[in-house]
Amino acid sequence: MPTLVSHPDEVKVVSRRFGQGAADIEKYIELDGYKAVQNAIAQGPEMSNWIINTMKASGLRGRGGAGFPTGMKWSFVPKVSEKPKYVLVNGDESEPGTCKDHVIFREDPHSVIEGTMIAGLAIGSKLGFIYLRGEYRYLLKMVEKAVADAYAKGFLGKNIFGSGIDFDIITQTGAGAYEVGEESALMESLEGKRGVPRIKPPFPAVVGLYGGPTVINNAETIANAAHILLMGGEAYAKLGTERNGGTRLFGISGHVERPGVYELPMGYSLRKAIYEVAGGIKDGKKLKAVVPGGSSCPVLTADEIDVGLDFDQMGKAGTMLGSGGIVVLDETVSIVEFAMRVISFYQHESCGWCIPCREGTDWIKKTLTRVHAGGGSRKDIDNVQYLAENMMGRTFCPLGDAAAMPTLGFVKKFRKEFEDYIDGKRVGTQLITVDQLVGAH
Amino acid sequence: MADVTLTVDGKLITAPAGTLLIEACKTVGIEIPAFCYYPGLSLQAACRMCVVRIEKMPKLQTACTTPVAEGMIVYTDTPDIIQARKATLQLLLGNHPLDCPVCDAGGECELQDMTFKYGAADSFYAEPKNHREEQKWSPVVYFDRPRCILCYRCVRMCGEGMDVFALGIQNRGSSSVIAPNVPAHMSPDDLAHVDCEQCGMCIDACPVGALTSGTYRYKTRPWEMNHVATICTHCGDGCKTTLGVRSTSDGSEIVRGDNRDKSGINGDFLCNKGRYAFDFANHEDRLTQPLVRQPSGELKPVSWEVALSHVGSKLRELRDTRGGKSIGVIGSNRITNEEAYLLQKFARTVLGTNNIDHHRTADYVSFAQALAGHADRTASLNDTLKAPAILLVGGDPTNQSPATAWNIRTNVRLNRAKLYVANSEEIKLRRQAKAFLQLAPFGYNAFAAYLGGDDAAAASATFDGNALSSFRDALKAEEDLLILIGAELRGAELKKLIDFGLRIPGAKFALLADYANSRGAADMGLLPDMFPGYVPVGSPSDLAAEYSAPAEPGLDLLELFDSADRGNISAFYIVGSNPISRYRLDPSTFKNSFVVVQDMFLTETAALADVVLPAANLYEKSGSVTNSYGDLQQVSKAGDRAGVRTDFELIVRIADKMGADMPKLVPFGKGLRADMGQTRGAQSGEADRHSIWLTANNLEPRLSPFDPFATLDEIQRLVPGYNLLRLQLLSGNDQHLSPAASAPLVQIGKRRDLVHPANDSLFTSGTLGRYSGMLSDLQDNESQRLIQIQTAAD
Repeated sequence: MPTLVSHPDEVKVVSRRFGQGAADIEKYIELDGYKAVQNAIAQGPEMSNWIINTMKASGLRGRGGAGFPTGMKWSFVPKVSEKPKYVLVNGDESEPGTCKDHVIFREDPHSVIEGTMIAGLAIGSKLGFIYLRGEYRYLLKMVEKAVADAYAKGFLGKNIFGSGIDFDIITQTGAGAYEVGEESALMESLEGKRGVPRIKPPFPAVVGLYGGPTVINNAETIANAAHILLMGGEAYAKLGTERNGGTRLFGISGHVERPGVYELPMGYSLRKAIYEVAGGIKDGKKLKAVVPGGSSCPVLTADEIDVGLDFDQMGKAGTMLGSGGIVVLDETVSIVEFAMRVISFYQHESCGWCIPCREGTDWIKKTLTRVHAGGGSRKDIDNVQYLAENMMGRTFCPLGDAAAMPTLGFVKKFRKEFEDYIDGKRVGTQLITVDQLVGAH
Repeated sequence: MADVTLTVDGKLITAPAGTLLIEACKTVGIEIPAFCYYPGLSLQAACRMCVVRIEKMPKLQTACTTPVAEGMIVYTDTPDIIQARKATLQLLLGNHPLDCPVCDAGGECELQDMTFKYGAADSFYAEPKNHREEQKWSPVVYFDRPRCILCYRCVRMCGEGMDVFALGIQNRGSSSVIAPNVPAHMSPDDLAHVDCEQCGMCIDACPVGALTSGTYRYKTRPWEMNHVATICTHCGDGCKTTLGVRSTSDGSEIVRGDNRDKSGINGDFLCNKGRYAFDFANHEDRLTQPLVRQPSGELKPVSWEVALSHVGSKLRELRDTRGGKSIGVIGSNRITNEEAYLLQKFARTVLGTNNIDHHRTADYVSFAQALAGHADRTASLNDTLKAPAILLVGGDPTNQSPATAWNIRTNVRLNRAKLYVANSEEIKLRRQAKAFLQLAPFGYNAFAAYLGGDDAAAASATFDGNALSSFRDALKAEEDLLILIGAELRGAELKKLIDFGLRIPGAKFALLADYANSRGAADMGLLPDMFPGYVPVGSPSDLAAEYSAPAEPGLDLLELFDSADRGNISAFYIVGSNPISRYRLDPSTFKNSFVVVQDMFLTETAALADVVLPAANLYEKSGSVTNSYGDLQQVSKAGDRAGVRTDFELIVRIADKMGADMPKLVPFGKGLRADMGQTRGAQSGEADRHSIWLTANNLEPRLSPFDPFATLDEIQRLVPGYNLLRLQLLSGNDQHLSPAASAPLVQIGKRRDLVHPANDSLFTSGTLGRYSGMLSDLQDNESQRLIQIQTAAD
């Protein structure tokens, strides 16, 4: 288990209880746990509006990566529905470089449970699911214990907090597919089907799990809900920048002195996050590149890190805030190899549903693997770029974009390095000559 | 839903709200390419070929999943769209084996066509393609993994369309593969197989050559065949099958059956029999020479002239000496309407007997009588696809009329039709049923009585009285109910059920029988007591006036056999029927009779005959057939075999040899419908004799008595309900007929119904099916599977 880190610049909201043993329900209660949900219930008939308005005021945007305003998402769920409504917590944290939800589940599982209840109260659902990534199976016991403790206290189950409202939570793990982090694929998986995404519309808020209206949120988003209700939406919003309320967890990894998960205000400088919060580049080496929000975000070069960490500023910089997984690469990293490894991940994780992603990731991987092995030609760089450009925006779900965007970033921003590599300025083994093979089929 | 108006490529389109863009575009002639989209199956949006540009939307959108909206502005052919499609094709071709020169689908391949259109032929990959060995999933289904583009049409077709779910997807990403439901590790031969209905719909749906047919693979190129659209001979649904035909040294051989253009009454559907079971025509035991029994007792090949003269003179002699009533005629369920009509006319007017019957597989006489005066209440096969509610009593369409089952499933799936099933067996269609009522064994009559208001019958109908009463209540509440009836219900009980249904305002009826022209055989009067159109023998009618046939009903099939046993039948004329096998007759039944058999094979019955005349099958002749529902359709000659003749020609020739008044028997028309390929005169040296014969009969040389349509005018004129539109027939369209004499007729139930359902499985088809190698293989395959299940259970 990684040790917790901290830095004075941090603004602790969602991480407020980290390191204090809040996985224990008594400790959680002591640290204002299950107060927010009771406050909500105390609103009486106005409960749902109060929660949704507070969430809207907080400016909280989805922490999974897409950044959709949470309050708005909750407000899309129809008030009246023939089918049961559901709350779904997406704990399928699988984006390479991302490790924040994992810390929440470990350090503060009740915040997820309480957030799930709040979302349930907001939309009028009686059942929530906490879906954990298959590889997080070791966290399941911890989460299940927290759920059991909450039941034992009477916080979950029939008539919660005397409200007359029933609310249950079920936990579930995935089977090890990145694709299931996509919300509709997660629902398929939860329903026991093959984890492939669904056609949208309809969106989950209207037709979701088992066909019922469903709110599906990232675990960090959900964990924020109780804090926001306690501190007030406006107060939370003020912590961040315009249209980017509050704080978020950033998992800074790679070649830095103090890697770890830090909670920083939205809009915090990427440069400061690397050089101050995470202690700068390891062993005094030079920074080469940063993958700013999980491996699907286009890479930033060392010259491009003077940017604020929020959805809008990162977008303007040509990349994404993504999942908050900042991967720092120093001068020793071969971008050719890094690009190959990134695409290998997406090739392995492509669900195979649609052609551009299934075939595109495969051919980019094959080509970059050969280039990396020393069998590349300059034409290969063009081909990789052509493939990635033709995957962008053409796939069934965002996985294709997630594979194409970083690839495009690498070959565009580091084309020279690819060319040098192919020209032999990096040692590599000449496995095959391309001239022999191109056009052979 | 209300209509919306949108603009596609500058053209205004009006379409009902909710219409998919890809479908709306078709209405103005804009084709949007797609691999995964298949109308009627669930949407996939997986192939990304149908991408279009919609104004105000940042990304290209899939036309197969986008419903039209008011004011939508769409472009389908811009450079970015063309590039997207091209790139998708390039990606597909990356791993595609490009073995088009030998691939079955070559020339009929959607991937080829799209590549041709978008010019995505350039390849820029250096790495080897993913390869996997081809798999034989069953005798009829082969899977060539590298050719598969993973459109999942087969998976959906099998699951949603067939309700079989034999196919799925294994692995993910570029390792994804379509997998059958018996994996290699669970299979005794360590190979993957499909445990399914073997319908071949997966092959039909496959846009490339990944799934290929065991009967056709690597046999020919599509452009080397002629494609003949005709009607399947096997069950009573009357599906269109398109037969691929190739010339051989002794005729033309059928090498493929399929449903690629989907224009028939069966729409998307074709079952295993329509697809594969044409091969009986090429069976090595096929008779190609007439056989006449010699004084030594042997059957020996003779010339046609000898055989026909012998039959003609013998039948004439027996008629003249022992009387027409000593002659029995047995017709077939698989001959055309024209042939059946001519056969009964020949029996009644030339032989002078009403002793004519056929293997009845449903009680159409009672059906017609119960519905006399309600011509608009008979259902077409098309109704099974549209009716908002369906009651299925008896029968097992999944096995016996697969297109009916397909339509019912489709109707339930797409239109949420309500299906009520009452059956003594747990038939597969109960899975689509809103209500399934399990009847007691032999509980059909009691069920009909209960529906008719006889509450005392409840106990005999089913063990579940509560279900029975709510079942009846639900039926009574329906307004447009399609009532499909199995052969279990006959006579007075069939009438009770129909009377119950007639009280439901919009109810329509159909009675399901077993073979291609079971209904036509009954409609055309292959019955001892009924003229064509269910006109009773002996009652005054146009037919009676014209025929001058005996006024008393003849002997039915069983009476004929009894009479023959007693030595009272001088001759049998058996056309396309095998009563020895079908009715398990003692061969000695025929010992005192002169027996003439027309058949394709030396069946158990033919082996006993005095004369065997090699006959063409339904795929080797033209004419019309009527399916179980009363839908009339045209059959067209596809295959050909030197040495065989159509039943129509044989009847005419025998009549001629008997000295019959030919123009009276066959009302030859005028026009250019010459021999219709029915005679082989030029090849067998009979051309001149034929022309002399025409002259002798005062006929124009270019007209032929072997044109089955020559009798069509007479059928139209004389058979009640056969007021068909000839243009519709000749255009290949189906038309619904409901033959029934107008007035209330003889009392139902007075005579024996003699219905003997064949109860064929998916892999049998009467005597004919025994000569289909592919059906035999599928039966073996099925029994192997059952043995495995049994072994596993032990």
